[in-house]
Order: sequence, then C-alpha cells, then structure tokens
Amino acid sequence: MGIIKAEDLSYNYIKLGEDEKTEEVSEAVRNVSIDIHAGEFVAILGHNGSGKSTLAKHMNALLLPTEGTIWIDGRDSRDEDALLAIRQTAGMVFQNPDNQIVAGVVEEDVGFGPENMGVPTEEIWERVDRSLEAVGMTAYRKSSPNRLSGGQKQRVAIAGVMAMEPKCIVLDEPTAMLDPGGRREVIRTVRELNRKKGITVILITHYMEEVIHADRIYVMDEGQVAMEGTPEEIFTQVERLKELRLDVPQVTELAYGLRKRGVPLSPCILDEEQLVKEILEVRAGNVHNA
Amino acid sequence: MMRDITLGQYYPVQSPIHKLDPRTKLFGTVILIAALFVADNIFCYILAAAAVFAVIAASRVPVRHILKGLKPVLFLLIFSVIFNLFLTDGKVLVQFWIFKITREGILRSLLMAVRLIFLVMGTSLLTFTTTPNQLTDGLEKGLGFLKVIRIPVHEFAMIMSIALRFIPILVEETDRIMKAQTARGADFESGGLIKRGKAMIPLLVPLFISAFRRAADLAQAMEARCYHGGDGRTKMKPLRYRAADRISYVVMLAFLGADIALRVLL
Amino acid sequence: MSITLDHVEYKYSEGTPMETEALHDVSLEIRDGEFIGLIGHTGSGKSTLIQHLNGLMRATGGDILYNGESIYREGYSMKELRSHVGLVFQYPEYQLFESDVLSDVCFGPKNQGLSEEQAKARAIEALRLVGMGEEYDKRSPFDLSGGQKRRAAIAGVLAMKPEVLILDEPTAGLDPKGRDEILGQIARLHREQGLTVILVSHSMEDVAVYVDRLLVMDHGRLRFDGAPREVFSHYRELEEIGLAAPRVTYIAHALKEAGFPVRTDVITVAEAEEAILCTLNGTNEREKATP
Repeated sequence: MGIIKAEDLSYNYIKLGEDEKTEEVSEAVRNVSIDIHAGEFVAILGHNGSGKSTLAKHMNALLLPTEGTIWIDGRDSRDEDALLAIRQTAGMVFQNPDNQIVAGVVEEDVGFGPENMGVPTEEIWERVDRSLEAVGMTAYRKSSPNRLSGGQKQRVAIAGVMAMEPKCIVLDEPTAMLDPGGRREVIRTVRELNRKKGITVILITHYMEEVIHADRIYVMDEGQVAMEGTPEEIFTQVERLKELRLDVPQVTELAYGLRKRGVPLSPCILDEEQLVKEILEVRAGNVHNA
Repeated sequence: MMRDITLGQYYPVQSPIHKLDPRTKLFGTVILIAALFVADNIFCYILAAAAVFAVIAASRVPVRHILKGLKPVLFLLIFSVIFNLFLTDGKVLVQFWIFKITREGILRSLLMAVRLIFLVMGTSLLTFTTTPNQLTDGLEKGLGFLKVIRIPVHEFAMIMSIALRFIPILVEETDRIMKAQTARGADFESGGLIKRGKAMIPLLVPLFISAFRRAADLAQAMEARCYHGGDGRTKMKPLRYRAADRISYVVMLAFLGADIALRVLL
Repeated sequence: MSITLDHVEYKYSEGTPMETEALHDVSLEIRDGEFIGLIGHTGSGKSTLIQHLNGLMRATGGDILYNGESIYREGYSMKELRSHVGLVFQYPEYQLFESDVLSDVCFGPKNQGLSEEQAKARAIEALRLVGMGEEYDKRSPFDLSGGQKRRAAIAGVLAMKPEVLILDEPTAGLDPKGRDEILGQIARLHREQGLTVILVSHSMEDVAVYVDRLLVMDHGRLRFDGAPREVFSHYRELEEIGLAAPRVTYIAHALKEAGFPVRTDVITVAEAEEAILCTLNGTNEREKATP
C-alpha cells in the first residue's frame, strides 16, 4: 500500500435548497481511488470546482469521507486517535499565503507545528533551522511575514510544514495567487524537497507548466478521476484536456499543432530541447529523402 | 499607506528591552498605568516622563517611530483636551459667549494629554519590543492562575496574537475595497451622518465576508498543523526570568514607590 | 478619447526619510480604441500607474490630461473621470456586496445618478455583455462560481459605460478555460463596443495573443512602449527585469541557433507553427527543385 491510498472515496456537501427547507446533496468527490507511493511527485490537475481541493483535504483528515476510505501511511483517516499522527505525516500548504501564517515572526511561525506536537524546545530550534535552510529562507527568519513577497510567504508555509517532519506534503494550489517569479520559486523549492529529501509531494494546480516534471498526474473532473498517467501520457491527449477546461504547455501545443499538419514528431513533447532536436531531425530527414 | 500604521507592531532591533521577559514588560506596563493614575502633581509626571524616555532610549526604537504610533489616538487626545479645557470649573482666564477657559482647565487638560500620551507610548513600547507570540506567552503564563477559575487564558492569548498579526492585512484590504468601490463611483467622504453610514455598507459587507473567509482559512491551516488548544503544547521560546528581569522588577517597584511617595508627600 | 501622461511622478511619504519613488517620469499617450497590455514585475509600479489613470492616486509631479484637459485642474470632477475610466481591481469578486447579482451591478450606475430604471437597464446590458444570462440576475453573487463572480464584478464596472476599461490581472486564479473565456469576452468588448482596454497581466503568452500595444514597467519607469512583437524582441533585457518573452519565441531562437533558418519574431503558437512549417516546406521544395 502506498503512503496515501483512497478507495471509492466520496464526499458530499449538504446545503440548503432554494426554498431553504429541503437539503440538497452535492457530490464534491465521487468514487475516487488513488494510490500514491512514498517518494513520488504526483500532480492533481482539474478546473475550478472539479473536486481536487476537497480530495486534498482528505489527505490531512481535514475532511472525512462520506463513503469509502482513505489511508495515510496505513492509518484510516476516520480513526480519531490517529488524527495527529496523520497530520504529521501529510502536511498541508494552502492557496492563500496570508491566511496560513499564524505568527508575526517567520521563525516563530515555522515553530508553530512542532510546538503543537509537543516537541521539546531544543529540538524545535533544530527543526526550525533545518526547515528554513531547506526552503532558503534563513535570512528572513526574524522578519515579519507581512513584509515578504507572496512566493517567500509560501516558502515559509512550506518550512512550517517541513518542521513537522512529514513524509508527504500536500500543496493545494500553492501558486494560484503568485506572480510568475513567485510560482517558479515555490515549484523549485518543492521539487528540491522531493528530490533531495525524498518527501512525497502532491501538487494541486491548474498551471500546466508546473506539472511536466511530475512522476504521475491525476486529472479530476466532476469529482472523479478523469485521467491518470505520466505527463507524456496525459499531455498527448490535447483535445481531451481542453474538454476538461484545461490546457497544455505551449511547447506541447506547438508540437501537437505541427504534428497535426503532417510534421512527423513524437506524440508528446514536453521539453523545449526535445522539440528543437526533433524538428532538426525532421529537416535533416527531408534533406536526406530528397 | 498601511505600512505607516505603527500601533501594535513589533519593531525588530536588538536591545536590552527586547530581551526582557514579556511578563516583566507586561508588569512594567501595568506599573506605568498605575503610576499615571496615581500621579496628581507635576513631579509625578516628570518622574514618569523620565522613566518612559529612559525605557525608550534603552529599547533603541526611534522616538519618531513611537510618536507616529500616537496618530490613531490623536482624535481621542484632542477630544479629551477640549473636554477638559472647557468643562472644568475654576478661576476664569478667558471667556467668550458660553465658553470659558479656566486656569484649572488648562492644567487639567495638559495633564490629561500627558497622561494619555504616556499611556499610549508605554503600551505601544510593549508591542514594539515584544513579538505578538511572546506577548501571548507572557499573558498566558502571567495570567495562568486564572485558569483555576476556568477562564480560557490560552485561547484568549491566541486570539489576541492572531488579531495583531492580521491588523495590517485587514487595513490593507479595507484600503483596497474602498478604492475599488470608489472606482465604481462610491463616495465615502461627503454627506451627513446617515448618508455616510449608508455609504459604508459596500465597504463593510465585503470586509466582513473577507474576514470570515480568512478566519476559516486560518482555522483550517492551524488544524492542519496539529493545533488542538493549549494541552500538550511545548514552547519554542519558553519564558525564563534572567538577572535583568529581576533587576527590572526591583527598579519598577522602586519607581512606583517613588511615585506614590511624591503624591503623598507633596 | 485620449489620456496623456506628462512626466508623471509619484512618491510615497514624500518629504520623509521613508520616501520611495513608485513612478518616475512616465510619459505616454493612450489613444481611443487601443488594446494595451501592461506588464512588469510585482512592485514595478503597474498598480500605481493604473490608479493614477482614474484619479484614485494623485501624482506628486507631472500632469495627466483626459481629452486634453488636466485632471488636476481645480474643480475637475474625479467622479466623472471615474465613470469614463473604469477600473477593475485584482480579485474584483471580493468587492461584491449586494444580495443579488443585478443589484450589485446597479451600484455603479446608481452612483452616477441614474434612476432605478435606467440603472437596471444598464446593469442588464452589462451582464449580457459579459455573457451572463437572465438566470443569474436574481442569484446571490456569493453562490456563483469563481469565474462567474469575476464576470459579475466586471459587469459592475461596465455598467457605468466607461470609455476606457482597465483590468488588473482579470484572470488571476482561474483555470485555463476560465482564463480564455474572460480574455475572449474582453477582446470582444474591445472589438464590438470600441472600448479602449488596458490589460495588466503576468502572462506574456496572453498579452502576445490579445494586445496591440505593450507597456513594460520596471522600478517605476516605463521601459518599453511598442507593439508586442517589437517589445519581445528585447527578450534579453526583459529577462533582466524579471520578465520574459512567450515560450514560443525562445523555441524559435533555439531553432535558429541550432541552424534551422526560422523567423524569430514569432510570439504566438499559431505564428510559430506557420514559421516552422514554412521553413520545413521551404526545404522540401528547394530540395525537390534541385534534381
């Protein structure tokens, strides 16, 4: 079993109907089964309202399934005694950088998680030092979060999760409110944690460029898993992605367009260098054939 | 701009005052307030002024910065001065129509002003030299005895520190919504009280909605980081009294004693 | 309609040690019917600049003319200026406050002094323009999806019938389809209603497709002002100020450097596709031509 495994997970929101008496059930997540292995970098794509955020909140037991089960490192999220253990295993970073920083000083915010876990004082300091180092924010440790840029705030939030020494980080649209520079900063940090520290990363986003390096992608639609596969497998299906209100990176789109017009390129090109290489080969082939 | 609002914001420099235990600083603030209320003659005020300025000097927070913190209470200050100036009976110095200014009035309004200024300076000095988290810890531990009578001290302290953290964010948000509605032709500046009150709705509704959204987000983020109240929590910066704190307590008590002595003896 | 900025300067906390210059000597003219993109790093002065255009911020130096008349002239009605120059802030859905969509959109026209009836007519027109049908009129704005909320908020400004529409990152946080829909609507407003549009954006790819003039801000200065193709040809300088050209421009350059003779001034996917095909076919034909 993987570090996060869901089986037939469904989640229903209940809200009042138009007449304010009857209850309407809206299914945010329907029969989702996923299995994420330790050390993987998994991306979850989906348009606004596709249920990807709701699914993410199950991985931290912030929401409990209406039906089905989700296990985090083997623990059933409905097991109340395991709640804190689950939250330490799978830390969460949210979309709005302002609304997840608790303390008025960077280092104190990073220490917030370990404090809640009851970690002894000296160890908290060690963890804070290590986490700030890992996200490259040591220089700002005494700063007020209000003075940081969006990307820096998100890195502080990531450090706050790292200080809990989780096996897995779930990032729920961490870049949605950032500018391109901030987005790059956050993605670079997350990829590094995955590669160097072996942290399992689950990245939820609708920026296609951010997921081309993922090991695996799930695409959500109407609360269900609509597609699953490697980035190459997913981004070959340009039309299907557009149906799901998504897109492909420009490189892929260009390659797709050329291929449609008869240029013999590989079915899915995600990488700029690869595209350049293949186009050159096509040209050389043309010359050769002639 | 929001960044100009200095009241209640930590000023990050290294100083002996910054290093004191927050409980010591809280106690000092209480002493200052007590001293200011005890004070009734000029010497008491001179003593208080000396004390406040000595602490400011030791804190390395620029005086200018502290004075800026007075801006939000300027209205209150002017109001209390005018109130005291015109409504105190005594030896009349100037009189016009129904207004009269008395000698006692001038003295009293001056003293009120000084009292208020020192009060704000003293308390803002507390927040300039103490991070919200330290303040929370200080209050929590300093008032810990209240837990016996089932007052949720930890929760109150947490609420306070979060409020402090979000003040600048909400002020900035207010500014943004105000501008956005102004761009839609809203007018927050002219008209009578009722018209102005009504004009606030397009500002207040979005502001409340946003504050609630932020509160919900933050609660979720705290929960995700294992927050479950004060039980079983450890501290990254536990409170420990040092020699400097002990000395401070002695000095503060001496100050209060001197203040009372000045009042009783003079 | 025209807006002229004449050596505009803006300093925060002027005269104090905290003084910072947010705009430095900005001069430009915005002409009727233009579709302008405004790009720049966060903190480059973009937001400050657009807030000057409708008088929300007041320049500390220089002058701004609307139709040749200084907006700083005594007695100039800022309120009127704001109904000519509509400004949609970032995340405009956070400023919705009424209990139903229609009433919210009426807020602007009512502030302009229109009667209930007239305001309603304007609101309905604006809502249809952004593609929101009758079924949404009586819905609570808080029940809508993110993209719909955003459109309702844009309608709130459109209902004031501005001649110039300024949008600060109208697609932030939307999914790709939602982004294309909003930008498509804006392009249509520009085309069909003759609106002058200023689009603040972080996406080089988006401005490359939509705008016909591009302004680049950096450290409070206007660094570039020209057609997107021309501005993006300075991609090295753009990188120095934290910006870039669209991805496809880089691909074209990479191809050229590798000895593939392709046009490098392409800025959209469609253009790149044509250019590459052109070179490939060119080779084909040339090779075929030589027996």
